[in-house]
Amino acid sequence: MSMKNVLGAASAVAMLAATAASAETITIATVNNGDMIRMQGYTDQFTAATGIDVEWVTLEENVLRQRVTTDITTKGGQFDIMTIGMYETPIWGANGWLVPLDNMSAEYNVGDILPAMAGGLSHDGTLYAAPFYGESSMIMYRTDLMEKAGLEMPDAPSWSFVAKAARAMTDRENDINGICLRGKAGWGEGGAFITAMSNSFGARWFDEEWNAQFDTREWSDTLNFFVNMMSDSGPAGYATNGFNENLSLFQQGKCGMWIDATVAASFVTNPNDSTVADKVGFALAPDNGMGVRSNWLWAWALAIPAGTQKADAAKQFIEWSTSNEYIELVAANEGWANVPPGARTSLYENPNYKDVPFAQMTLDSILSADPNNSTVDPSPYVGIQFAAIPEFAGIATEVSQEFSAVYAGQQSVEDALAKAQAITNDAMEAAGYR
Amino acid sequence: MARAVSSRRKSINTALAWGIGLIIFFPILWTILTSFKTEGQAIADPPVFLFFDWTLENYSIVQDRSDYMRYLWNSVIIAGGSTLLGIIIAVPAAWSMAFVPSKRTKDILMWMLSTKMLPAVGVLYPIYLLFIKLGLLDSLFGLVIVLMLINLPIIIWMLYTYFKEIPGEILEAARMDGASLKSEILYVLTPMAIPGIASTILLNVILAWNEAFWTLNLTAAKAGPLTAFIASYSSPEGLFYAKLSAASTMAIAPILILGWFSQKQLVRGLTFGAVK
Repeated sequence: MSMKNVLGAASAVAMLAATAASAETITIATVNNGDMIRMQGYTDQFTAATGIDVEWVTLEENVLRQRVTTDITTKGGQFDIMTIGMYETPIWGANGWLVPLDNMSAEYNVGDILPAMAGGLSHDGTLYAAPFYGESSMIMYRTDLMEKAGLEMPDAPSWSFVAKAARAMTDRENDINGICLRGKAGWGEGGAFITAMSNSFGARWFDEEWNAQFDTREWSDTLNFFVNMMSDSGPAGYATNGFNENLSLFQQGKCGMWIDATVAASFVTNPNDSTVADKVGFALAPDNGMGVRSNWLWAWALAIPAGTQKADAAKQFIEWSTSNEYIELVAANEGWANVPPGARTSLYENPNYKDVPFAQMTLDSILSADPNNSTVDPSPYVGIQFAAIPEFAGIATEVSQEFSAVYAGQQSVEDALAKAQAITNDAMEAAGYR
Repeated sequence: MARAVSSRRKSINTALAWGIGLIIFFPILWTILTSFKTEGQAIADPPVFLFFDWTLENYSIVQDRSDYMRYLWNSVIIAGGSTLLGIIIAVPAAWSMAFVPSKRTKDILMWMLSTKMLPAVGVLYPIYLLFIKLGLLDSLFGLVIVLMLINLPIIIWMLYTYFKEIPGEILEAARMDGASLKSEILYVLTPMAIPGIASTILLNVILAWNEAFWTLNLTAAKAGPLTAFIASYSSPEGLFYAKLSAASTMAIAPILILGWFSQKQLVRGLTFGAVK
């Protein structure tokens, strides 16, 4: 080999080494669900286009929440992007823990993000997290069982109709429960459902002075209605049922109705997993004629922790993964039913997506949820199935444990509400709200 | 005089032992079986036990999605390193407590054990801040140190119990023959305590292998062991039980095999000194 060739090879190696050294790697903490796992599969395309490598830390939702909270509060700097929800975003944004997403590129089109999602992921009008997918809750029901019961589900039913239909569809001999709902303890499980339901009964967590409201008639009505309906028409042991348990029951044809996250629609209509895939209808979550429905609003969103040294690369990734181009990439490879839903207005204007059976009801559910006006009477907090204050998660977990004890027949509604009132007021007093 | 045990009673005892053993093993067996089912079969009601279409699809998906070997290697380093380091520190400590006790030895032993009574989450923030300052977050070295410290009281307690069984006169004889302290511990005490040390090592490897609080909270993308591997397949919103079971089976397989082959030493060590 001549000296010229040796020098050429050496400089090529040096250039490669320099490129490798300058390649950036970002670390993303995310939650384990179908859409997020799918995104990980497409990461190579982002790397190929930008030269930015991506490392994933995938965790179960509750573990992830604890992990990222520890890291951001201590400025640990372990992650360049964190997957967080509507509960954390406004609180962390207000604390200055997140990088504002206020200078996204024109092509990204921030204005295309559904207003309900952008509102829930902002603080003082500044967006702090970009929604990867969004969800509300709605009724999923068995069209065949509804017909057999001689009833017709309206697009926007009331709780009294739902309770009546649930009782009519219940067939204990054939192991069919009229309705399956979350009863599992935990603020994000049964706590989320009963809080969203209570809004439609005129209840609220706090009055405008941050006093707990569990001693009101509205909360008593909510809980008594829920317990009576579930006793008559719910599955045995519903006190321990969460999303997965109800999904499993519904997919096996054991629920007449299920009110839960809109994201479940793609699971129950998937013929590979669901035995009732072709017999599912959708309707808005019920109301009580008081002007507020019982659906919630949630988004899994990508945020950049303040203090990361790789904010630009992180922003590039967020722009790519929450863009219309990404949605089209997934649609082209896996079909429109598998694109991340509930984040962008343009998705619901796309004629291809309009053919997806649950698309319109998902959009209607999202549009009917307003985190800033979630209760009939005025309340001091933002959020539908939660109050966006740091203390809420701890308080609501305890309160939901008391409610689950009622569902399990271990205590009365009155006792649970009295305990919830005391727990909440004590915690709020200790935190200095009262 | 040994009490005669009737053959009927012996049969009942054997059946009872097998029954209890099967009950304890059943969740692991169920996890292994579920790992070969489809997601639909995994949630079937009534559950399917053996008669289903066995599939390796879940293992294939898990292999595609995760770098199993990296997690496995991290687990080996963390469990092996923390146990080894713990043994190196615990042998002289247990020797001193067993053979040259002071009037405070019992108090020190109790104090060490009391650190195990503290809920781990209670010290999460101090440890996390310490790790940030020392640059140990998401490092294998940091986890080796933390898990060694967590398991050190158990290692010392176990070794102390084994060492107490060894007559002090033997060590005294070695000293009279001119053995130094180092030689006494290395060449006289340690060989006699090999069964005890072996079972201590095995138990601590298992404890460190399964530790899921610190290994999840102090790691990110690089140092996560098999506990982080399993956690990435758990989901409260979506049915991934079959994949989770495949990941769990892959995570527990190495330690299960190790436990299976070393069960004689493990049982011997754990029951050492239980009956005098």
